[in-house]
Amino acid sequence: MRPEIAPESVPRLPRHVKLRHDKARDRWLILVPERVLVPDDTAVAVLSRVDGARSVRDIATDLAQTYHAAVDVILADSIALLQDLADKGFLAVTEPRHA
Amino acid sequence: MPEDHAADIQLVSRAGEDTGRSHGLPLAVLAEITHRCPLQCPYCSNPLAMEPGSNELPTADWLRVIDELAELGVLQIHFSGGEPTARRDLGQMIARATEAGLYSNLITSAVGLTRDKLAALVEAGLCHVQISVQGAEPALADRVGGYRGGHARKLEAARWTRDLDLPLTVNAVMHRQNLHQLPAIIDMAVGMGASRLEVANVQYYGWALKNRHALMPTPAQVEDCTATVEAARDRLRGVLEIDYVIPDYYAKRPKQCMGGWGRQFFNISPSGKVLPCHAAETITGLEFDSVRDRPLAWIWEHSKALNIYRGTDWMPEPCRSCEWKEADFGGCRCQAFALTGSAGSTDPACAKSPLHDHIFALAETEAGEERNRFIYRNLSGGTEEAGPA
Repeated sequence: MRPEIAPESVPRLPRHVKLRHDKARDRWLILVPERVLVPDDTAVAVLSRVDGARSVRDIATDLAQTYHAAVDVILADSIALLQDLADKGFLAVTEPRHA
Repeated sequence: MPEDHAADIQLVSRAGEDTGRSHGLPLAVLAEITHRCPLQCPYCSNPLAMEPGSNELPTADWLRVIDELAELGVLQIHFSGGEPTARRDLGQMIARATEAGLYSNLITSAVGLTRDKLAALVEAGLCHVQISVQGAEPALADRVGGYRGGHARKLEAARWTRDLDLPLTVNAVMHRQNLHQLPAIIDMAVGMGASRLEVANVQYYGWALKNRHALMPTPAQVEDCTATVEAARDRLRGVLEIDYVIPDYYAKRPKQCMGGWGRQFFNISPSGKVLPCHAAETITGLEFDSVRDRPLAWIWEHSKALNIYRGTDWMPEPCRSCEWKEADFGGCRCQAFALTGSAGSTDPACAKSPLHDHIFALAETEAGEERNRFIYRNLSGGTEEAGPA
């Protein structure tokens, strides 16, 4: 079954999901089986920080500092975005870390 | 909300160019690297006149072409055939595609795979595997594929795919003689660990046209099939995504074939010809350019065969003034050719075609005749199945 994304989850992109800046079209793309997705700026900001080491909370904290925004709001948005990708099979999590 | 965060890509031209054109940058290419295949499926999408191994594009040419694809803006490469694993240099090609930044899919019958072979392809950067199935159990599946033991091998290859942590798509080509097994095929796909299932009713050109008498479903079967797919989609949401293609002969509107002729996709044949789709060689009178003679970028822009049915200017009436012309791009040219003798005429799958009622009746009659004997696909023009008709 699909993983549930929590603040302490450590997300990673599985091998079959590639986040890539495409030179020819000058835009970020997510490549998945049989499809090409165009992520918006928020998705790019979150996904480019997904590295299999940082937790969702780490990522949200980083984003809050970078964009001078409230960490709670960003955390909630990030979880929703990542959960959706996980539901589609486009995101994996390593064992949840204990805070 | 996620839908807003990552939408499917639309037609895109090179950065800075205007997008109101008949074609954009190609998204994906179907690389049919060989026509050789251990299976003999009677609906094979390869042309009747297949390329022998001696005409196949050599490794060095494929590696150059893969670099050209990436340069041109292609994002995904589907290694297909025939059976792509029949070429020993497949791993080399996948490795080069990975280096060039292309996303590699393997479209395979899986009967020639071993675990080690597949592991080597994964090591080279393979991202996704699609395995075809011919039925839900060996007796029928092996009969359709004309290969004893094939079905069991496919199930084994599916296990390896999932063990190696690659996503799996199951491709089930459906027709009169296996539609009754669709519910079991759906369960089987879940059991194989697939995340996608393609329920693709046979489309009738090439080998399938030659076997139409043995493949055409009845209207009642198609109705059942649609209901089965709809129920399964509900039941398996989040588990198995199901793509569904109904047979054109029973459709009211034609399918948007390949997303439009020469618009976002193309196909490279085993000998290096650039085609708008895998069936286009069935249209006689078109001349296709080859990657042996021209750079790909030139072919994509200037090939006569790609330009002839691009956009909407080529359309006859009733297509030209049709409100759907930008939605389905006039349907399928190969089908128009197969059924009317002219690739530029209205696709008879469309209810607005004067031939629509005729092909519906023809399909219904043919489906009722129960002529079930296959003509198996092979390099010598086909072999009729033994036994009673």
